[in-house]
Amino acid sequence: MSILKSRWIRWLGICLWLLLPLVVGRSPYALHVLIMVTLYLVLAQGLNLVLGLAGQLQLGHAALFGIGAYAAALLMIDLHWSFWAVLLPAAAAAAAFALLVGLPSLRVAGDYLGIVTLGFGEITRLVLINWMDLTRGPMGLPGIPSPELFGLSFNGKHLFFYLITLVAAVSWFVMDRLTVSKFGLELLALRADERVAEALGIRTGRAKLGAFALSGVFAGLAGAFYAVYISFISPDTFLFNDSVVMLAMVVIGGMGSLVGSAIGAAILTVAPELLRFLGDWRLVLYGALLTFMMIYRPSGLWGIERRQRNTLKLTAGG
Amino acid sequence: MFWQQLINGLTIGLVYALTALGFTLVYSVLRIVNFAHGSMYMVGAFFGLTLAKLLHANLFFALIGSMLLTSLLGLMVDQLAFAPIRGASPYAAFLSSLGVSIALTIIVQMIWGTAVQSFPPSFHNQSYALGSVSVSSMQVVILIVAVILLAGLYMWVQHTPVGLAMRAVAHSLEVSRLMGVNPNTIIRWAMAVSGALAAAAGVLVSVYYDAVMPSIGYVAGLKAFTAAVVGGIGSIPGSVLGGVLLGVVESLAASYISSGYKDAIAFTLLVVVLLARPNGLLGRSATQKM
Repeated sequence: MSILKSRWIRWLGICLWLLLPLVVGRSPYALHVLIMVTLYLVLAQGLNLVLGLAGQLQLGHAALFGIGAYAAALLMIDLHWSFWAVLLPAAAAAAAFALLVGLPSLRVAGDYLGIVTLGFGEITRLVLINWMDLTRGPMGLPGIPSPELFGLSFNGKHLFFYLITLVAAVSWFVMDRLTVSKFGLELLALRADERVAEALGIRTGRAKLGAFALSGVFAGLAGAFYAVYISFISPDTFLFNDSVVMLAMVVIGGMGSLVGSAIGAAILTVAPELLRFLGDWRLVLYGALLTFMMIYRPSGLWGIERRQRNTLKLTAGG
Repeated sequence: MFWQQLINGLTIGLVYALTALGFTLVYSVLRIVNFAHGSMYMVGAFFGLTLAKLLHANLFFALIGSMLLTSLLGLMVDQLAFAPIRGASPYAAFLSSLGVSIALTIIVQMIWGTAVQSFPPSFHNQSYALGSVSVSSMQVVILIVAVILLAGLYMWVQHTPVGLAMRAVAHSLEVSRLMGVNPNTIIRWAMAVSGALAAAAGVLVSVYYDAVMPSIGYVAGLKAFTAAVVGGIGSIPGSVLGGVLLGVVESLAASYISSGYKDAIAFTLLVVVLLARPNGLLGRSATQKM
């Protein structure tokens, strides 16, 4: 009964989401915010895999996003590839870099890993700025063409909303299946206690790298979609701050939970827009919120504890 | 050219050593990576600037004043962000310090603005030629102040009751408590001294480069971490070695490779050292901490 109910609510939610552009469609600004929420949802859920499930502190997620965006933009501008053809290399490039970023996780953990991944993010930014021949440096890459399919150009916000929603749906589905798969449970075991996980026969190194690579795939895809949506990218778009925002989405939403990541992405994308009148104070608020959450609700708004409770209830109720 | 870069690298390396020490001090007693350390460095630089501009303080008073004010800030950060989550995972404390760092940077931006600011003319450097290399007055000041602070800190940790208690807490919090040490007092001492060291480094570098802006904190924090980890976290000689090594490598890389990749080389050094020797060059204990 409860499963039926939750499925019913899920379909209702999806329908409402798909109808949203009809409600707010008059305002391109509101539609833009919706698109960004969806995009960040993909990024946050990707990071959730590494941070929430595997428990690896990753502070360079924005760099993966940036590499996907740059790979897609450069292939489209310089080599005139079509958007659909660059998706694979963009995802592959970000995944390959994610593997590199994940490599130190085999030797160090916790906040140490956080700083190392942050260092990778900084290296990426410096390379994007300094490798003038390839990336055109701080000037960025303007004029990234819109994706086309059978003569239909996705240059309007409405069409793009549905396109990015499709991507988010695929990401959500894959992540959802993954969390209940053997791989997902391995990651959870790894997060709970690495040594015990190893003793249980889980290849922790392989599991960690797998999580990093998969999060890279989705971050790279998000980057490619972001590049064609905004049509201009520069190293300033993929800074440490953006990594922190993504991290905050996962942490505030609730680590390890897909719904949590989605809630986090929605809150942290919409709230800054609503709080614009506060000016820079909203960033202070936002730092304070991170500290506040760590003190009073470290498991987030919709954390994994909730998921465990739900599972228990399900088995108890039959 | 080489000797000049070596001198420049040593100068900046001594400052890195100061920040690394403050960082390692807090890490030793609290077992957390204090991301707000770089922000304290930056706030310290602004305190120094304001003392110099408003009160027409000379370098000495600007330095001392800023160190005192920033040590108070260190106590405040501990009270607001770390004390409520004592005993929680170091990971929560790290994120908490990240929040503090963001908030501090923005507050400073709102008070002092984002533009680059410079010190009054009386602070400006004079250069002296010594054979083929030139040494600026500020380089000499940095050398003297850094050596005094490093030696003072070493004496404090090794030869005072508070220093002894601090080493006890770093060794084992539980056992030190059994021996009658109040860990909270020691943690406050560590936060205050760490703030003061960060402020000293911030003021010295800002006067040396004659530039202060809110964004300097972030890179300074990363460099402090890099220097501390490269040398071996928890070790005073390690931090000094790490800081000087980082300064010299960076300075040589900037002149022989490319100045744009200066910071990238510092972080590459960090990654390589962590992969090859997770305990750092002079470190002892394991770094696998979750």
